[in-house]
This record gives sequence, C-alpha cells and structure tokens, in this order.
Amino acid sequence: MSALLEATNINKRFGGIEALSAVSMRIERAEIYGLIGPNGAGKTTFFNVLTGVYRADGGAFTFDGTALNVKAPHEVAAAGIARTFQNIRLFANMSALENVMVGRHVRTHAGIFGAILRGAGTRAEERAIHERARVLLDYVGLAARGNALAHSLPYGDQRRLEIARALATAPKLLALDEPAAGMNATETATLRTLLERIRDDGTTILLIEHDMKLVMGLCDRIAVLDYGRKIAEGAPAAVRNDAAVIEAYLGGELA
Amino acid sequence: MNISDKLKSNPAALWSAVVLIACALVALPFVLAMAGTTWVRVTNLAILFTLLALGLNIVVGFAGLLDLGYIAFYGVGAYTYALLASPQFNLHLPFWIILPIGALTACVFGVLLGAPTLKLRGDYLAIVTLGFGEIVRIFFNNLSQPVNITNGPQGISRIDPISIGNFSFNGSEVILGINFSGPVKYYYLLLLVLIAVIVINLRLEDSRIGRAWQAIREDEIAAAAMGINTTRIKLLAFAMGASFGGVAGGMFAAMQGFISPDSFVLVESVMVLSMVVLGGMGNIWGVIVGALLLSFVPELLRHTVDPLQRSLFGRLIVEPEVVRMLLFGLALMLMMLFRPAGLWPSKVRRRELAEK
Repeated sequence: MSALLEATNINKRFGGIEALSAVSMRIERAEIYGLIGPNGAGKTTFFNVLTGVYRADGGAFTFDGTALNVKAPHEVAAAGIARTFQNIRLFANMSALENVMVGRHVRTHAGIFGAILRGAGTRAEERAIHERARVLLDYVGLAARGNALAHSLPYGDQRRLEIARALATAPKLLALDEPAAGMNATETATLRTLLERIRDDGTTILLIEHDMKLVMGLCDRIAVLDYGRKIAEGAPAAVRNDAAVIEAYLGGELA
Repeated sequence: MNISDKLKSNPAALWSAVVLIACALVALPFVLAMAGTTWVRVTNLAILFTLLALGLNIVVGFAGLLDLGYIAFYGVGAYTYALLASPQFNLHLPFWIILPIGALTACVFGVLLGAPTLKLRGDYLAIVTLGFGEIVRIFFNNLSQPVNITNGPQGISRIDPISIGNFSFNGSEVILGINFSGPVKYYYLLLLVLIAVIVINLRLEDSRIGRAWQAIREDEIAAAAMGINTTRIKLLAFAMGASFGGVAGGMFAAMQGFISPDSFVLVESVMVLSMVVLGGMGNIWGVIVGALLLSFVPELLRHTVDPLQRSLFGRLIVEPEVVRMLLFGLALMLMMLFRPAGLWPSKVRRRELAEK
C-alpha cells in the first residue's frame, strides 16, 4: 500500500524569506510521524500549507493515493485531514459536546430544509451526531464535561477537546500542532496514552511538538526542519544522534 | 430549576400553559378593539416588526454578522408584492404566489449583499450593509425614470389586499355572529405566520446549520478547519434572514395598501437592530420581547404624553416624538450599563459578556 501522505518538494516563500524549501516527506499509514525543529523552522507553515490556510508556491501533496488539490481550508477536512491549533481555537462559548458536534458537520448532510422540516432522516442524523460526539468525548476522557463551556475547561482538557473535535471529522490523518504545549507532566502522560491509542485504532498522526521526551518516546519516525529545509529524517534514535540535528538545536560551536 | 424546566417535567402544566396563552392570543384583538381599532393595527405592525427582528436575529444573533441595512429586504419584499398586485402594472397575482416570489427575490438580494462582503467582519461589514440599505432605498426612489417601475417618491397605492377566493382580509365581515374587522383578520394571519417563523427559527438554531453558524461566529478559522464551508454557510444566513424580511415586507404592503420609499429608511434598520440587541441577541424569545417592547412603548407614549401634558399644564410643552426618542436613548444607555447582554439574553451571550 502506498504512503498515506506524500509531500514532494513543497516550497513556500514569504517575500524574501524561504519558509519552506523543497520539503519532501512520506507519512506511512498508522504511524506517528513527528515534525520537529527550532522555533521558526517552518513546522507550522508546513501545517498551514498542508491544510490549505496558505497556498504552496511549489510542490505537491499526494494524500491517500490521489493528488490533494485544495482551494479552501474546508476541503481539507473533507479529504480526511483534521488539525488542531498551536494556540487553542475552540468554539469558546459553545459546550464541549457542541464543539465535537460541529466536527461532525463535514460528515453529515442536513441542510436548511432538513432543519426546518425535521423529517425522520434529519432526526436520525442528529441522534447519530449526538451519539458520536458523546463517544468521542468519552474517548479523550471528557465524558463528564460535555455540558461545560469550552473556555471554562482546564488547559489540558481544552487540548484534548480539540483532539476530540478533530477526530469527529473522521480523519485519516490527524495533524497536531504542539498538543503538549503548556501541559504538566501528568497531562502529558495522559496525552501520550491517548495519542498511542488513536494510532492503534488506525488514525495516522502528524505531530509538531517541542517536548523532546514526548516526541522521542512516542513517534515512529521523525523529520527535522531547520530554516525551512528538512535536515534529517528517521527513527528517533537515529535523529537524536544526527550531527546536523545537534548543530541546529545547540549551535555549531558546541557540536 | 427555571420555569421552562419545571414546565417540561410536568406535561399537564405545560399544556395548560399553552392552551391559556393560545386563548389569550385569540381573544387579544377583541380586547384591543374595545380600546379602538388603532390598537389592533398597532399590534399588527408590532408582529411585522417581530418577524423582521427574528429574521435579522439569524444574521446578527446566530451567525454574528452585523447587518445595518436589513430593512432593504423588507423593502424588496414590499415592492415585489406591490408591483405584482396593484394597478401599477395592472398585475393582480394572488398572494400565495407573490409572497414566495417576494421571499425569493429578497433572498437573491441577500446573497447579492452577502457575496461581496464575505471577507469583511464587524465594523467594515456594518458600513457596507448600511450602504446597501441606502442604495436599495434610493433605487426605489429613483426607478420612476426612464421607465416608471416604482413610481418614485409617490410610492405605489391601491395594492391588493390578501384574499383567498372571495374572502378578503380587508373590510369587515360577520362570521358566526361575530364582527371581524379587517385588522382583526390580518392579526390572525400574522399570528399564524409569526408562529411558523418562531418554529422555523427554533429548529434552525438547534440543527447542523445552526451549529455551523455559531461555530463561524466563535472562530471562523477553526470552523473552516472542521470542514465548514464558511462562504456557503454565511451566505445561507444572509439568504435566510433576507427571506424572512421579504415575507414581512409583502404582508406589510398588502396590509397598508400603500408603500413608498419612506418606509424603508435607515432609522428602520436601526430600529430592528435595536429590537434584537435590546431583547437579547441570539435568543429567539428575547428578540420577540425586544420587538414587542419597541413597537408598543412608543405608541403608548403617543397616546399618553399629549393628554397628560394638556391636563397638567393646559398645553403641549414637549412633543411626544421628542419624549419617545429621549426615552429610547435613555433605555438603550441604561441597558448597556445594567443588562449589556439584553433583557433576555441567550445563554451564550450571557456567558460571553459575563466573562469580560
């Protein structure tokens, strides 16, 4: 079977700055693929290009065997890629359950007339949305917080709610932008268990993360970006000892 | 536990409450008619404005798109009705054809306004919609040349009343020994439409589309990342809101028998928006309360300020209109200070404003 996501020579410039230059990577099915690098290396830019927030200046993505031709961000979710955000972007004044229910939007169909007439089909769909959202809240460990407002949840819970909302779109690839940022050790451990479970249930994960302990312990493979270029790729142990990676993180004179 | 929860847990109480309210609403026009048919007319206009406020609430309250030109859709609906059922073009189509056409035309205008403004938010959107409202009114005012379509500032008169077969909603009629005047008949028709619109609004709010509107209001980027086609969903809000405005406009034209561009000025847009804000953005019941208050209180003032001053001072010192605007301004200021989320806010807005 082919790789789930194949990025070929992705380029992105902002004026004179080469944010991504010829970045290529292959993400296999049901693996956790880490994307690391110093601040400003282009990790989030890569996410934004992949999810249609920015248009790439060059290169192409192949997703699940077909070319990914995205004109607007909402098409990415339909194709099967869901993401979370570096700065949490929940629907703050909606309940946790409603947040996850919104995630079902892309996999459901009821329109204006369905909503007004509320026929048997629409009612069944609403029940299914509700049911699925409850299951996902339970999956990430927030079953008891369904009625709480998103912004009233503790930080770690908000991160997990964002993951539940993304999972509601039934993605093949879950792209997480620093999910452990700001978490304490206990929350990080819970997150790690959750991410492993998601992978074992068959969803591929693309993970940007600064918590090296988490990345090294969790990821099956890792790519390292520095100044918009991929400088290393491979298993955690190999990447950890790569000379270029050490130089990028610690600076040349120390290496 | 609040009142609505108590009612839900006790179906007998719920049904008796519904029956009681229904009886009151059926009897209302006859009670009002005792004080004068004017009050029935005032009530009818109040219901029309409630329809408008509910329509605007979809755009402003649900989807969070500030629209200052909403009255334009009311105007489009009214002119559509007037042109298709008056001596202006000698067309006399039945209302059940024209009202949907009016709603559809307003809907098209809603999309026309929505499409170019999709990238705008907040203040910028407000300015563009304000301009749109004025453009539409000025068109009504000037489309008498070179081809006379709208009859310009003179407006269109002798518009057909709503009628079903031989049954016209204009003029009095004795049914089962009870005398139904024209306004009373319109009252019942408007009440039916209002109930339908309330049901539609409640259902929209609690639906896949309703949640998508709220998601866009909360965070557009996250909504798009969840696969919501923000362009389409926003246009849908504009189109739905405009359609309600179009229906209300058509009924207004039929009831009044005469319309002119003066009925669709900026102040009316501001008034409808005030109803939504005063009542409680996003909460259907709050919006209804706001619309009824802002429709009735000015009329009450009109009927009390003048006689009161004459009996106290022997002459009129302050015009009722001045008192009305004074109180209106005062009420809005007091509200912003003490109930910034509206008289009966939606749960969401209450939470939102309590945070800040």
